[in-house]
This record gives sequence, structure tokens and C-alpha cells, in this order.
Amino acid sequence: MKIGTPKEMFEGERRVAMTPESAAQMQKLGHDCLIETGAGAEAGFSDADYTAAGVEIAKTAAALWKAADVVAKVRAPDETEVKRLRDGQTLISFINPAANDKLLKSAAKKGSTVVAMDMVPRISRAQKMDALSSMANIAGYRAVIEAGNNFGRFFTGQITAAGKVPPAKVLVVGAGVAGLAAVGTSTSLGAITYAFDVRPEVAEQIESMGAEFVFLDFEEEQADGAATGGYAAVSSPEFREAQLAKFRELAPEIDIVITTALIPNRDAPELWTEDMVGAMKQGSIIVDLAAEKGGNCKLTVMDEKIVTENGVTIIGYTDFPSRMAAQASTLYSTNIRHMMTDLTPEKDGVIDHNMEDDVIRGATVTHAKAITFPPPPPKIAAIAAAPKKEAVPEPTAEEKRAAEVAAFKAQTRNQVTLLAVGGAVLLAVGLVAPASFMQHFIVFVLAVFIGFQVIWGVAHSLHTPLMAVTNAISSIIILGALMQIGSGSFLVILLAALGVFMTGINIFGGFLVTRRMLAMFQKS
Amino acid sequence: MEYGFTTAAYVVSAVLFILSLGGLSGQESAKRAVWYGITGMALAVAATLIGPGSGLWFLSMIMIACGGYIGYQLATKVQMTQMPELVAAMHSLVGLAAVFVGFIAHFEIDNVLVVLYVKGEELESLGTFGQLIAKKTAVEISILRVELFLGIFIGAITFTGSIIAYSKLAGKVDSAATKLPGGHMLNAAAAAVSLITLIWYFNTGGFFPLFLMTLAALFIGYHLIMGIGGADMPVVVSMLNSYSGWAAAAIGFSLGNDLMIVVGALVGSSGAILSYIMCKAMNRSFVSVILGGFGGPAGEQMAVEGEQVAIEAEGVATALNEAESVVIIPGYGMAVAQAQSGVAELVRKLRAQGKYVRFAIHPVAGRLPGHMNVLLAEAKVPYDIVMEMDEINDDFPETDVAIVIGSNDIVNPAAQDDPNSPIAGMPVLECWKAKQVFVSKRGQGTGYSGIENPLFFKENTRMFYGDAKASLDKLLPMID
Repeated sequence: MKIGTPKEMFEGERRVAMTPESAAQMQKLGHDCLIETGAGAEAGFSDADYTAAGVEIAKTAAALWKAADVVAKVRAPDETEVKRLRDGQTLISFINPAANDKLLKSAAKKGSTVVAMDMVPRISRAQKMDALSSMANIAGYRAVIEAGNNFGRFFTGQITAAGKVPPAKVLVVGAGVAGLAAVGTSTSLGAITYAFDVRPEVAEQIESMGAEFVFLDFEEEQADGAATGGYAAVSSPEFREAQLAKFRELAPEIDIVITTALIPNRDAPELWTEDMVGAMKQGSIIVDLAAEKGGNCKLTVMDEKIVTENGVTIIGYTDFPSRMAAQASTLYSTNIRHMMTDLTPEKDGVIDHNMEDDVIRGATVTHAKAITFPPPPPKIAAIAAAPKKEAVPEPTAEEKRAAEVAAFKAQTRNQVTLLAVGGAVLLAVGLVAPASFMQHFIVFVLAVFIGFQVIWGVAHSLHTPLMAVTNAISSIIILGALMQIGSGSFLVILLAALGVFMTGINIFGGFLVTRRMLAMFQKS
Repeated sequence: MEYGFTTAAYVVSAVLFILSLGGLSGQESAKRAVWYGITGMALAVAATLIGPGSGLWFLSMIMIACGGYIGYQLATKVQMTQMPELVAAMHSLVGLAAVFVGFIAHFEIDNVLVVLYVKGEELESLGTFGQLIAKKTAVEISILRVELFLGIFIGAITFTGSIIAYSKLAGKVDSAATKLPGGHMLNAAAAAVSLITLIWYFNTGGFFPLFLMTLAALFIGYHLIMGIGGADMPVVVSMLNSYSGWAAAAIGFSLGNDLMIVVGALVGSSGAILSYIMCKAMNRSFVSVILGGFGGPAGEQMAVEGEQVAIEAEGVATALNEAESVVIIPGYGMAVAQAQSGVAELVRKLRAQGKYVRFAIHPVAGRLPGHMNVLLAEAKVPYDIVMEMDEINDDFPETDVAIVIGSNDIVNPAAQDDPNSPIAGMPVLECWKAKQVFVSKRGQGTGYSGIENPLFFKENTRMFYGDAKASLDKLLPMID
């Protein structure tokens, strides 16, 4: 099959869907690669680079569309491109199918298959082709860099000969992929970073990146992220109020705000209100990654950078990935390449569009002259975000106390039973046995008792020395032999002498070997 | 004639013995504790020689000196890998000594009775023990007989049992579980004979029933331990340790010697606790260990999926050079291959690179409780990087490389995953949670329990085949 990538038609788009590296990988799958001349120029890949990687160069877009069986690109096709689609051709790109009904209809009519990279289901297996995540990652990184570019101070705090520099305070709202990337970048630049998300289960992820999770003092059952495919759901008005109140409290201290809150198929929620902007210090920065959907801040102007009256810069760019075209192209082309790997299971250059496969089915929006969007829910649940920790919540003080009391009672019962049984046995023995026996018996019982108490404390690592030592001291039997050696017949003397001899071996051997072992235990 | 001085010395020795066992709770205090034990023993022996055992003290001294010389030779020459054998051999001596002392006591009783009732001579002609007996009533003498009977019984079992344990550990007898035809019925029969002879002896006090019982007990000791396989030896050795203590206590009763009772009880309970700890670590009941062998599986065992992937020394070296944290899990295989110094060298090199290296010791690793600790200590591995199972099990997910050297069942995930596995429920070291696991192993065989180990088939496991020592020698030059 021939995979072709045309130059992006969209104004200002600098990314490209195929890099020399990804082309080399796709050739290993048995495909041929084709690229329109100059398609990679803006991302830093020359035609010569492609030729060196064995990619054929097409002179015009029309020629490319005609020759390619599979067209891979970044932005959704414009009208001219849709016209070029033909029967049996596969198009892989970002589509935004929910808003592109017309495109789907005409593609389905023509009989071409359209794979939407933005519809790849969010399951672990499909992470390698999750282009939204790889682009969001770049957007998050770039958002911090853009903010830094416009911010007049250091991120990190310093104490220099020329005075003390306070660290910048960064608040990241929404801890999705972009948010977490922003958190990571910001903390590694040295800023004090706070992050907020409506899904409390991401608190751990945020903290693992070195930022502080902004907790709301609010009791509400949060919607499980897994139910909405790992995205945030709409929150209740009360929750929103609590959230805004918290932001209002933070606004005067924060130098840089990066908002990334998006809810699928809705306008971006307003999280950073005008009064918060007003409360911010002069020179503060807001980067609104939700600008495309109206912005988390109502003052945001899409694709522009504005400065408010009180000197707060609001950045509303929507082309962050494109601003890092080389990086974005590398990641995106790798996502495409992984998609191709899944589409060519036999690695023989033949595409098997398996609509039974969860990932392929989910991403395919038109196939065999039919619109296949929206897909049925995937068989595997999305990102298993905190599977409801309701059973384990911290037991209340009373519960803990009750458990302790119960354990204590059980222990008491056990001990009392043991004592009662032991006592009864002792009494029974005492009833029949003579007093002289009982004297020794008491000594015996007490010694056993002491033995149990003492031995539990012995370290596991010293069990071998323990055995050697107990071995040595169990040779106390020597006393029995010594006491009798002097009395009685020759047989008695012989047996006693042998006994003394053997226990003698044991006493010396046991103690010496113990000492040898213990001397070997050394601290580092 | 009373010996107040002797009793006082006994009290002091008893306290010293308790302190010497208690001191084993830590490595540093243990070094002091062993001196308490030595002092206690010296005091007890000296007090007995001066007091009640003063007859023929010259012969006693010679015998002690001879025994001491042999003991010294043994203790200084023994290799640390042979510790289990040495301990087992020494138990057999205690057992035999207990049998002898028991017999002597029996002769003494007869002697006293003859003197008292037949000859009617004066008490002064009897020894210390004889005088003690002479004061006793008929009931007390009967109890005495039961006590010494028990002492001989336990002593005899300890004697043959320890000899078999020694032979198995030293490889002189096949370590597999073998039984004579008839199996446990033979043991039961021998036990029944012992019970009958007890009643017989209780009533007549004759030598013959005592002798018969001794033979039966010797047989029980032999046959019981023959039926227990090599990997259960930690339990067996600690059980025999316990028996030697109970034998001493029983003899102490019959001789009316409180020090012997105290020490016997201490040793007996110590061995019992060790056996309990060992059984718990294998998740098996004491009875099932003693009855020998593993029971059949409770149902269909999980099939093991995947394949064992071999790796060469280069691969292991690369992974180790890149790793931040390493956990080493030694087992009996390390002791067999004498690889502990190689392991120690590896650890020294890795630690010199600033890596976080630790050892994880399963309670039943090796053939003796704490066997691995002693081997590692011999190879000069500092004890503070040697961890117990409970201390380290939670750390495996953060570990880069886990190296399993010569252990098998103690790292078998089937114990947790497969309810039908014969070792289901046994606590194991969860090394498979580490990012990478290397298993140094001689071949593809199964462990002692004879079951397949799914660890070897896991995706993050690589098999490093070959003798542990040879493998380490190949590996060491590649670590830089």
C-alpha cells in the first residue's frame, strides 16, 4: 500500500504527518511512502531527508492524492481535499467528527474510509496512538514556555548578591495530559506550582509531579472519571461555586495561571472570572489552553495575546503544538505509524481494516460507504481512575475504637482461656503428684514461660547462632553425668564418662562456633 | 548433706543462660550474650565438680578436656555452609548423652533399692543421687521412673533423628523423603510398643522394658526423619533442638536438678518457637511437615503461560549497571554452590557505585533457620542491608532489579495466585513486582515442592542458567 502525506493546507499549520523516521518504520511494515514536496519544510524536514529515507516525492498535492492508498495528515481535510478523496482510499487525520458532519457524509458517499486520530479510545493498549495526548503534552509544555516568555521574572527563587528573587507561583487548572505536562515543566523550572482538578483521584498524580494539589473543602460524590472515558464531567453549581471561591482566594498571589479545563463536546467552563483577573498582580500571565472552545477565562481572545488594563497578559493561542512543529511532527507521525502497525497486522503491506478491534473501530468514522460515528462504547472501560474507594474510607474514631476494643476482648478471652486450661491442668497434676515433684514442676513451668517470652525477641537473622547456643547449653545434661560418675558400678562410670565426654564436645563446640558466627556479623 | 553453694551457683547460671538467650535479640548484644552463656556453663560445671559431682573429678576433668579439644577442632574448622550438619550432629550427642544419663539413673535406683531393702546398709555408702532417692517414697520413685523413661525416650529419638538429619544435610543419605513399607503405621506401632513398655516398666522397674523402649524410640527417630525431605530440614533441625531440650528437662526431673529443668525448658521452648516460625513461613502445619512430603494438589493447578527466556552475563551486567536499586534473594542453591563470597563481591562493587543494594531473606531459605544470614555474614556482607521478608516485601515495586540466586519455592507467585497450588498461602518474596528479575539457576527443574514456578515464565524475568558461582565469576568483571 502507498501511504502519502500532503502539505497541510491550513493557514499557519507547520506540522507534518510523516517524518523520515516514521517513513522508515512504515516501510518495514511493507508499505511505500510518498510525500508532497516541501510538506516537512516548516517542521525542519527537507525533501532530501525524505528521499534519503526512501520516500518518493510527489510534485503536487493532486498527484499525491491520486497515487496514495492511504493519506495521513494532521488537520481535517478542507473542501478541496475532500473532493480529492476517492473510493477505497483511507484518510488518517484529526477530524473532530462531532462538528464535521458534512465531511463524514461526503466521505461515506465516496466510499472512502476515514480514521479520526482524535477518536482513538483512551485505553492502555491505544496509548501509543493517542495523538490527542501527545499534542496535549506539547501544548502543556509550550504553555509554560509562552508564559515564561511573557513573564518578567524568574521562575525559580534565588538569593543573589544583587538581592532576593522570590519564586514564581504557578496555578494549573485541570490536570489532564496538558495540565500535568504544564505542572511538570513548571516545577522543573523551579516555580512553586499548584494544580487543581475536579477529579480528586488525580491528586496523587499531581503530587507525584512535585506540585501541590489545591483541595476544595467540599463534600460531594464526584463523577467517576472512567465513566466518561477519562475526561472530566460537568460539575454541580454548588461545586463550581466552591471552586471559584478557592480561585478567588488564590488569585492575588498567583503569577501565572494556566487553564486547561475542557469538557468533551461543550464550551469550555468559565473558571477564571473577570474579577479574578482584576485581583491579579500587574505583570501576571494567563495562558488559556481552552481558547478554541471559548476559553476558561472570558477575556481570552482566540489566537491572540492581549494585555488587560491592570497589566495582566492573557494568551489565547490555539496552535501550541504547531509552534513546536519538529517535536509535534515526530510524536504525531509516531502515533500514525502505530496506527498503521495495527492496521497491518501481518506486516505484509496489506491493510486489514478490522472493525472488531476496539481501537480501530473507535477511531473509524466512515467505512464501507457508511458513517460509523459515534462508535459503540469500547469493550474495555477507559482509564481505570480510582475505582471508587468507598469501602476503605478512613474508619471513624468510634469504629477504630470499637475494633480495638473487640481485638482487646478477643485477646483477653484467648489469654484467659489459656490460663484457665493451664491452671486446671496444673491443679490436676498437683492433686495426684507428690509435693517434691510439684516443686520441680513449678520451676519447669516458669522456665518454659520465660523461654517463650525471651525467644520471641530473638532476631530472625540470629536463628542459627540461637540454635548453636541452645545446643551448647542443652549440654547441661553434663551435670547429670558428673553427679553420678563417682557412684556405683563400672558400667555407671563408663556411661557417665562417655556422657561427660560427648557433652564436653557440645559445650565447647557450640559456644565457640556461636562466637565465630557472631563475630562475622558486621555493620556497614 | 546439702550444697547451698551449688544451689546458689545454679541460680546464677540459670539467670546467665536466660540473659544469653535474651541477648540474641540484636547482633551487638549477641556478642555479649554468648559470654553470659559460657560463664553460666563454666559456673554450673565448676559448682557441680566441687559439690555433688566431686567423686572421680579427675576422670571428669579428663573427659571434659578431651571433649573440649574435639569441640574446639570442630568449631574452628567447620565451614559456614556446613552449619546445619554441625548443629544436627551436636543434637545427636545431646540425645545420646540424655539416654546414657537416663540409664545411669535407672541403675542407681536399682542400686539404692538393693542397698536399702536387701543389704540394709547405711545411707552414707551411696552417692549424692542415691541419698536423694533413698529419701523418696514409693510413689515418688514411680514418678521418677516415668521421668527418666521419658528422658530416655526423647533422647533416643533425638539421637537417631539427628543422625539422619545430619546424614541428609551432609549428603550422605539421599535427602528425598523415603519410608519403609508400612509408612507411618510403623511409627505408630513403635510408639505403641513404647507406651506398653512404659506401663510395664512403671510396674516392674525392670531393665528389659526400658531397653525395648530405647530400641523402639531409636527406630522412631530414624524412620520419622527419613520420611522428611531436604527442604523441610529447617523445621526438623529446630524440632530436634527442641527435643534435646525436653530430654534434658526430663532427666533434670528425675535427678531432681532444677538447673537442668530450667535449661531444658528454655531450650525446649526455644526450639518449639523456631519450629513454629519455620512452619508459619511455609504455611504448613507442624503435623504435615512431620508426616513428611507435600500433599497432592487440591485441584487443577493453573497452567503456566509463556516461556522461560534465557539471558547471558552481558545482559545481566548491563541491567545491573543501569539499576538504581537492587535486591538479592539468596537460597539454598547459593550455599550449595559456595557462591556467597561472589555475591558479596558483587554487592561491594554495586554499592561502590552508589547503588541501593539489599538482601531479602525468607525465613525458610536454606537448611537451617537463619542459615543465609550466617553465610552472608561470613562473606562480610554488613547485616544492616540484610532484610527479613516482611521488611522488604513492600519495596519490590520500587526495585529496579531483583536477583534470585538458588531459591525457588520462596519466590513462587503461585503461592498467592493459584489457590490449588500445593504451596498456596505460603508467604513468599514478591520479587516479580520488581521491574526486572534475574534468576540464577542450574537448569529448568522444579523446586523442592516439585511444582512449576510461574515466576520463571513472567515477562520481566530472565533466566541466567548455570552454577551460581560460575555465573557470578562471569558477571563480576563486567560490573564497573
